[in-house]
This record gives sequence, C-alpha cells and structure tokens, in this order.
Amino acid sequence: MASAYLDFIRIRFLTMLAYRVNYYSGIAIYAINIGAYYFLWKAIYGTQTELGGFTLAQMTTYVAVSWMARAFYFNNLDREIANEIRDGSVAIQFIRPYSYLFVKLMQGLGEGLFRLLLFMVPGMIIVCLLFPVHLPTDPGVWVLYLVMLVLSFLINTQLNMLAGLFAFFVENNEGMLRMKRVLVDLFSGVIIPISFFPGWLEATMKWLPFQAITYLPSSVFTGRTAGEEAFRVLGLQVVWFLALIIPIAWVWRQARYRLFVQGG
Amino acid sequence: MFYASLCWEYMKNYAKTRLTYRLDFWIEVLSDLMFQALNLIFILIVFRHTPTLGGWSEAEVVFVYGFFMVPYGIFGTFFNLWNFSERYIVKGEMDRVLTRPAYNLYQILLENMDPPSLFGSVVGGIIMAVSWSSLGLPFEALDALMLVIFVIGAVLIYAGLYTALTAISFYSDAPTGILPLMYNIQNYGRYPVNIYNKTIRFLLTWILPFAFVGVIPASYFLDRNEDGLSSLALLTPLVGIVVLSIGLFVWNRGIKRYRGAGS
Repeated sequence: MASAYLDFIRIRFLTMLAYRVNYYSGIAIYAINIGAYYFLWKAIYGTQTELGGFTLAQMTTYVAVSWMARAFYFNNLDREIANEIRDGSVAIQFIRPYSYLFVKLMQGLGEGLFRLLLFMVPGMIIVCLLFPVHLPTDPGVWVLYLVMLVLSFLINTQLNMLAGLFAFFVENNEGMLRMKRVLVDLFSGVIIPISFFPGWLEATMKWLPFQAITYLPSSVFTGRTAGEEAFRVLGLQVVWFLALIIPIAWVWRQARYRLFVQGG
Repeated sequence: MFYASLCWEYMKNYAKTRLTYRLDFWIEVLSDLMFQALNLIFILIVFRHTPTLGGWSEAEVVFVYGFFMVPYGIFGTFFNLWNFSERYIVKGEMDRVLTRPAYNLYQILLENMDPPSLFGSVVGGIIMAVSWSSLGLPFEALDALMLVIFVIGAVLIYAGLYTALTAISFYSDAPTGILPLMYNIQNYGRYPVNIYNKTIRFLLTWILPFAFVGVIPASYFLDRNEDGLSSLALLTPLVGIVVLSIGLFVWNRGIKRYRGAGS
C-alpha cells in the first residue's frame, strides 16, 4: 500500500518534468521577484540600518529564502480538490481503496520535490550570485531548516486542503481560494516579515498557523532565531501540523454527507 | 454591430448563470476587495517604518495604488484568461470556438467575463479621489480627460501583455502556466520605479511595461518627475496600442498552431 502512495509522488514528479519549460521561465521570474523586493526593501530602509529587528543583509536573505521556500511548499491542491468536487470525480475517489486526502498530499509532495530540485536549488544559486544573500555556515542550521521546510509544506498543504474541501459547502469557492492565497502570502510573512506588523496584528499572528509556514523557519535560517528558540519553532510547527488534522478530519466527515455533484 | 449584439447576449447569459449562484457573486466581490485591501496593507505597514519610499510620501504611494486599481479592475472584467490553457487547450474547447464566425479571442473574452472585478475599479477611484483631495492637488477638466486616456492606455497594456502570455499556451501545453508568476511582477509597477536598479526599471518600463499601468501615469497627476516619469506618462496610450498589437500578433500566430485535443 505504501508503495502505491510513493507512486503518486513519482507520477506527479514525472508529470511536472514533462512540463519543465515552465520552470526555466519560473526561475527567471522568481529571481526578478526577489530582486524587486530587494530594491523595495532597500528603499524602505533608506538610511536606517535596522527595521523590525532585521538588518538589510538579513532582510535580503530573508526575502530570498522565503521566496525559494515558497517555491517548494506552494501547490494548487486547493484548486485541484475544489475542481474534483465540482466536476464530481471526487465520487470515484471515494470508492477507491486509498485515502483521497493522502493521495493529494503525495501528489503535492511530488510537485514540491520537483520544484525543490529543478527550481529552488538553481534559483537559489542564481539569486546568491545576483544579490548580497548571506547563507548560514552551520550545517546544523541547514538540517534543521530542511526539517522545518517539510513541516511548512505540510501545514500549507493542510490549509489548502481545508480551503479546497470547502467546495463541498459552497458551490463555487473560486473567490475564497483567491482570498486564501493572499492571506497565506501576507500572514505567513513572505511579503512582509511579521515583526513589521503593528503590535495587535503581530500578537494575533502568534495564535494562527500562518507564521509557521514561512516567517518562523526563515527567521531560523537567517540566524535571527537560534539555539533553544529554534527548536521551539520546530515544536510549534509540529503542534500546528497535529492541530490542523482535526478540522480536516471533521470537514472530510461532514463532506461525505454533503456531496452534491453539479452536472457530470 | 454583430459584435455589439454578441456582447449583449453574453452579458445576459452571464447574468443568468450568476443568478443561480447569487451568494457566490457577493463572495467574489468581497474576496476581490479584500485582495486589494491586503495589497494596501503592505503599503500602510511599510510606511509605519519609513517616512518616504524613494522620495515619495505615503499619500503619494497610496494615490498611485488607487490609480493602479482602476484599469486593473476593467482589465480583470474583460480579460479573465487565467484558466485559458486548462479550459480551451487541454479540454479542447477551442474547437468549439473556432467553428464559429466571430473572432475567436473576442468570443473567449466574452465567455469568461468577470464583472465583479469592476468593484475594484470603483474602490480604486475612491482611494484616488480621497488622496487627491488630501494631497491638495488641483483638479482641472484636462485632468479628467487625461485620466480617461491613461486608464484606456493601461487597460490596453494589460490586454496586450496577457493576450501574448496566454498565447504561449499554444506553444507549450503546460498546465500551471506562466500567468501566476507574472501576477507578482505586475505589482512592482505600482511602486516608484526610481527605487529599482537599471535592469528592473528597464524591464518594468519597456519589456513588461507594468510601470505604465501604475506609477508612470499616476506621476502625471502628482507632478513627480523622478527620472522623467511624468513626461513618460504621455506615452501611456501609445505603449498601450503597441503592446496590444504585439499581443494580437502573437495570439493570431499562436492560434494557427492549435491542434484540437482528443476528448
């Protein structure tokens, strides 16, 4: 059974490989993205040496690492799930001898691994050549970060699943999905590190899962969070991963009774 | 005339489908507006930490953002091509479009119309009006005329760029597409482009002229002439026509490569 799931990773990886032309352009576009943010932040810093606890060098690294991490954890599972619910193919998935959501997770992982190898790694090399990015020298931080990256992927995928499964309850959740994407980008800290938020918003973020996707792991990688504190971040990610299983399981149970296929 | 009546029929059709999912219409309007609000939050948060951005004040940057929203909303209404590759190429719906007498791109645009986006334009207009008065800018009849011209120019730029980018699906049948990535780049045209280095500024001005849908035309009203921005503003409609022509050219060439997918 486990090997069947592994096959889902493999198949998705190969599917992505078939469309790799996309990704060559993707690397260039991500580099432009990071570049634009680099200059934007440089202008925001102006003559100031530190903002929101970040030096400009740390900010540059933060932006580069966060965007590259996003390349790995980002996926369209929300839309895939919503589409399968809408066109009714989810009904077939119900009767197959595997867990639908787990299959989706595996497909997302296949996609993520593809981007990690063919997008994130070459992209990071290019970005490091173009911009003053300071990567950590301690191999321990790299290992810890890789573990965190996997958890980022899991948490983001869980949020995607929740948003996608919502299609069971509203007939057309396209708008919701778009909104979710923006919320995740903003609140996870890709666009602005959370320490820049006004006090009340920063305090609210501590109680939400978004910061565990980008902000906290990137803070560890840029060296703002180190030692014991870094492990606390890891712990927090694990807690969120476990906590999010509950609403997904609940929605999935409810959804089975609500399946309403529109046409098809 | 034929094209106008076609447009009207599609509008009626749109209204009918939308009335089936009434709640969703409002959810979409709301999420669109929230989407815009979140972009604004970035600007507001950034200005809590710095008084100026490349010499531009908060009110000025917000003004640019307000302007940016107006053409973007119009573009979003008529050029909702995000799912093009999936719907028309992969699922082969292009076959159906091509057998009809009206211009194929026109049919596709009408089929995908998304009027809720217009609310974004309205909000953008309000933001612009508010910052216009808070900045104490004079308002003359000529400004109104220039505003209309710039908005039209900006819509043409969007239309051309996204038509060209969508036409890429004729050459590479990739499912995820380049559009979502491009989506981020268009946002950088909202910020004062003088903060970027030469390469990015050149890119945003002449290659993917997103600066012409935000900061350049807006600088005309703000009278900010950093690196000749406000004098470039008058080129907006011209750039629009050029970009649209390129877009249509790429599209028309691309469509010849279309081969129906088996269903």
